[in-house]
Amino acid sequence: MFATEFEYQRATSVSEAIQLLSNNPGAKILAGGHSLLPMMKLRLTSIPMLIDIGGINELRGISVENNILRIGALTTHAEIAESYDVKDNAGILWETAYGIGDPQVRNRGTIGGNISHADPASDLPTVLKVMDAKFTIQGTGGLMRGGSRVVSADDFFIGPFETDLGENEILTAIEMPVLMANQHAEYAKMAHPATSFAVVGAGVVLTVEDDVCTAARVAVGGFTPVPTRGLTVEQALIGKVLNEENIASATILIHGDLGSDVFGDVFASAEYRQAMAAIELKHAIFHATGLAHHN
Amino acid sequence: MTTRIFGSGIRRREDPRLITGGATYTDDVQLPGMLYAAMLRSPHAHAKINSIDITSAVGARGVVAVYTGADIEGVLNGIPCAWVPPGADLVAVTHPAIAKDVVRYQGDAVAVVVAEDRYQAEDALELINVDYEILPSVTNPEAAMKPGAPQLHEDAPNNQAFHWVSEGGDTEAAFSAADVIVKDTIIQQRLIPNAMEPRSAVATWTKATGELTLWSTSQNPHICRFLASLVTGLGEHKIRVIATEVGGGFGSKIPVYADEMITSFCSMQLGRPVKWTATRSEGFQSTIHGRDHVEYVEMAATQEGKITGVRSKIYAGMGAYLSTAGPGVPTILHGLIYCGPYDIGATKADVYGVFSNATPTDAYRGAGRPEATFLIERLVDLLAVELGTDPAELRRKNLIPKFEEGHDVISGLTYDSGDYEPLMDMVLGHADYSALRQEQAQMRENGHYMGIGVTCYNEICGLGPSQVAGAVGFGGGLWESAIVRFHPTGKVHVYSGISPHGQGEETTFAQIVSDELGVDVDDVTITHGDTSNTPMGWGTYGSRTTSVGAGAMVIAARKIKEKARLLAAHLLEAAESDVEYRDGQFSVKGSPDQSKSIQEMATMANVAWNLPEGMEPGLEASAFYDPPNFVYPFGTHLAVVDVDKDNGHIVVRRYIAGDDCGPQINPMIVEGQVHGGVVQGIGQALWEHAIYDDNGQLVTGSMTDYALPRAHLLPNIESLSTVTPSPHNPLGVKGVGETGSIASTVTVYNAVIDALRPLGVTRIDMPLTPEKVWQAIRQGHGS
Ligand SMILES: Cc1cc2nc3c(=O)[nH]c(=O)nc-3n(C[C@H](O)[C@H](O)[C@H](O)COP(=O)(O)OP(=O)(O)OC[C@H]3O[C@@H](n4cnc5c(N)ncnc54)[C@H](O)[C@@H]3O)c2cc1C
Repeated sequence: MFATEFEYQRATSVSEAIQLLSNNPGAKILAGGHSLLPMMKLRLTSIPMLIDIGGINELRGISVENNILRIGALTTHAEIAESYDVKDNAGILWETAYGIGDPQVRNRGTIGGNISHADPASDLPTVLKVMDAKFTIQGTGGLMRGGSRVVSADDFFIGPFETDLGENEILTAIEMPVLMANQHAEYAKMAHPATSFAVVGAGVVLTVEDDVCTAARVAVGGFTPVPTRGLTVEQALIGKVLNEENIASATILIHGDLGSDVFGDVFASAEYRQAMAAIELKHAIFHATGLAHHN
Repeated sequence: MTTRIFGSGIRRREDPRLITGGATYTDDVQLPGMLYAAMLRSPHAHAKINSIDITSAVGARGVVAVYTGADIEGVLNGIPCAWVPPGADLVAVTHPAIAKDVVRYQGDAVAVVVAEDRYQAEDALELINVDYEILPSVTNPEAAMKPGAPQLHEDAPNNQAFHWVSEGGDTEAAFSAADVIVKDTIIQQRLIPNAMEPRSAVATWTKATGELTLWSTSQNPHICRFLASLVTGLGEHKIRVIATEVGGGFGSKIPVYADEMITSFCSMQLGRPVKWTATRSEGFQSTIHGRDHVEYVEMAATQEGKITGVRSKIYAGMGAYLSTAGPGVPTILHGLIYCGPYDIGATKADVYGVFSNATPTDAYRGAGRPEATFLIERLVDLLAVELGTDPAELRRKNLIPKFEEGHDVISGLTYDSGDYEPLMDMVLGHADYSALRQEQAQMRENGHYMGIGVTCYNEICGLGPSQVAGAVGFGGGLWESAIVRFHPTGKVHVYSGISPHGQGEETTFAQIVSDELGVDVDDVTITHGDTSNTPMGWGTYGSRTTSVGAGAMVIAARKIKEKARLLAAHLLEAAESDVEYRDGQFSVKGSPDQSKSIQEMATMANVAWNLPEGMEPGLEASAFYDPPNFVYPFGTHLAVVDVDKDNGHIVVRRYIAGDDCGPQINPMIVEGQVHGGVVQGIGQALWEHAIYDDNGQLVTGSMTDYALPRAHLLPNIESLSTVTPSPHNPLGVKGVGETGSIASTVTVYNAVIDALRPLGVTRIDMPLTPEKVWQAIRQGHGS
């Protein structure tokens, strides 16, 4: 299909991009284009102006400082999947990035675009939620004038394709605490065979001391409006030895954490996905804790 | 260079241009003054068109013309169906290129916009106002024949397009005498072929000469020209169809579609070249679909496991109109091969072709034969369970013993040659079948579900003798022709009427001709796909390109070899009978130093300075080859799957394809065809499904929802073969383009059901998505 006519601008700096955004109502940021362009081509949306941020180098790059992993919004999935900084400090993200789409999607798609788009079927929102990530957002105020703010992953995602980003704001970076030696993290997904998008995705970050789980962040996504924290699952895991029995009885509780707003489609019904949430969570925890091979 | 190149896996000569963007596909054609067409397609499955308002579209920027069904009326004839199975009371309903009064499926064209550029054409589509009155619709072929179903065509009551029955032997007697009868209901779901290249057409009309040139994404440009002449009313001698570079078809580019006829119409009206190229979404709706059967099938056998009968009742969805070869697929290409590789005493196919509010169906890789193989092999597995025997051994027991010069089966065919058991043994041995069964038993004890599927198939391809084509209602011949020409410098040019489009025959043909004429393979060029410079031919489908197309080449090459020999005798001043040919050289018996190369003879024949009395100058020949029979490749395939009982997820752990396609000209290309076919068949078993909702809307109308097989979801395919030559074509070759898809769907399906047998699962509708498998496990029986 063919998009309706649109204007195209290439921004050279974040402030210029923000300027263009605020001067052109309805304008949108173009990052990798892998979510935006298909929607335009299918004429699901018509956008008067695209502001290409592809040339803004300050939005790229991966670094680790003071136990914080920082990833520029324009970093591609492929760059994340090839980064030792990510592998060593946030293996869950590293592996997830490799499981996104296919090589073309990973080479073009960006972490910032993935999050800003907030497709419920995306993997990264779920993973960044359990990683307790923080998103740096810049708006018209400008960095120097306090126009920058930080929002946690827990607060950023509001609904399907809906985030806390304001109209004239840009997501510039994603930061998350690096995983410690006693933390075990894993993302398990049932992938749609056509796209690899999550039919059901489950992420866990577990802190284990002396075989006992002392802290847990658990979320499932892919079929709920935003990634859903499994708060009761977390409660049930904390204080427990992570054996098969305890894991099974905790993960089954995810049903209570899921609201009634659960999606299904011709490939996988809501009922099925609900049932799979516990299974994928179990897989994630088994893998995180090295129990997987027993299964 | 004169060593034989038949049998070597040389690289495909077409690939460098195909993978570096060097090929000129239809959409790459640019002509001066070219206009662009875009089709407005019905969003509804079934609706009356009350009115169409094109005013604003006509006035839009860049728009040159807008045409509707009223404009083509009386100018373009209907889109023809060219396969009318005999004795089937087929109703050839009218298929207007542009719908005028009624739309009958989502995607039916209702108007065309022609504009200066493609974007303007697309934009103007949104300005056309169609007042539709939505009518009730039906897409399922069985439901479409139920009383009270919405009716598509006045002249086809109950939506019945045809009723075709073919019986061999006495099935009634076989079933009433049977010790055991097994039955199944099989849904051959609708599939959507997805060639990498979308369909496209470029038409240019030369008013001064009254000639139409049409670039078309066709597997059979000569048939396209033939049918285009019926639709446009132009003589065939005034139409040139060019399809030299076609990016895959899988059957979907056999039909002549409304779109290229509309594009031609636009060019003829406007006197300018017009291009139309389908978007991918448009392709999903308007390119033919495949399969779409609802089948009730049963098999009769003795207590000892001797299969005595197979019969079916089938509702085959034709879609809204009859596509070019549509009716031939569930009938001739399906019902006649119910014996498979087995000795079966009675077969009966009882097939209703049914209209429904869905995209027309036609041949899709395997075309009728995957469906037949599926039902036979499914029933054999059910029989094995019923009898408590090993499914592989049950198959072995029923295999037709080795035959070299034809074997008649009760369904009416004469198989050419076959030696089924050695290949079966090879596959079972390679897989270590008994070890797999032991492993399966062990895994089951631990609550893990692994399954093994074994399929024996025999298929009919290399279509076929023209006399049979006529007898089975195919609206054309099925021979092929070739011109083989030596240039003065000794280089060879071959012109073929057949039309490979990705399969690699430019390479294999060159190998064959190189061997026949004793010239280097790089000295041979193969030209195909343009009706203006190739002789008549019927096209590439039905795995016929090599067995029929190369047959013609071999005969032509042998003719010129003989002419060159006579010339050599003349120039060597030897008696004709004393001159023999070997590896590109003619020499006098007993004095090998007295010799002339065939390439020298090409020069001498072309300059014609000194020819024997009565010999014409030049060194070329044409030949027509009409095969005396079809060819019948066969094989055994084996799949091993693991099914996760918690989530229904299937992993195909191993896939072994054992295929006998006779002598292999290029084993690498054979393997490539097997891989592609196997993967396409697995796609049907596990992922692919054209789903319509209750309103006839195609829900899986894009790549995001319609899951094509992807490399990371597939196992390494292990390919084995034996060589049983066909007795009746010059090379002994059979076809291999479709074997993979014919065997693999049921092989994987049977493996999955085999895995789940301890859980009480006997059937699951395809595709075997995790949810369907999980539901079946939960319910503990067929879902
Ligand atoms: C075939 C296919 C398969 C896929 N499979 C997966 C998968 O398995 N898992 C998965 O998670 N995802 C998958 N995706 C989505 C992919 O990851 C996308 O690339 C990603 O969601 C969007 O990133 P992008 O850079 O392409 O963003 P774009 O398409 O350029 O932009 C998306 C949206 O975000 C906005 N935006 C982009 N960057 C910023 C920014 N810095 N600040 C503010 N707004 C911004 C844009 O304005 C737009 O609205 C798939 C996509 C495709 C096409």
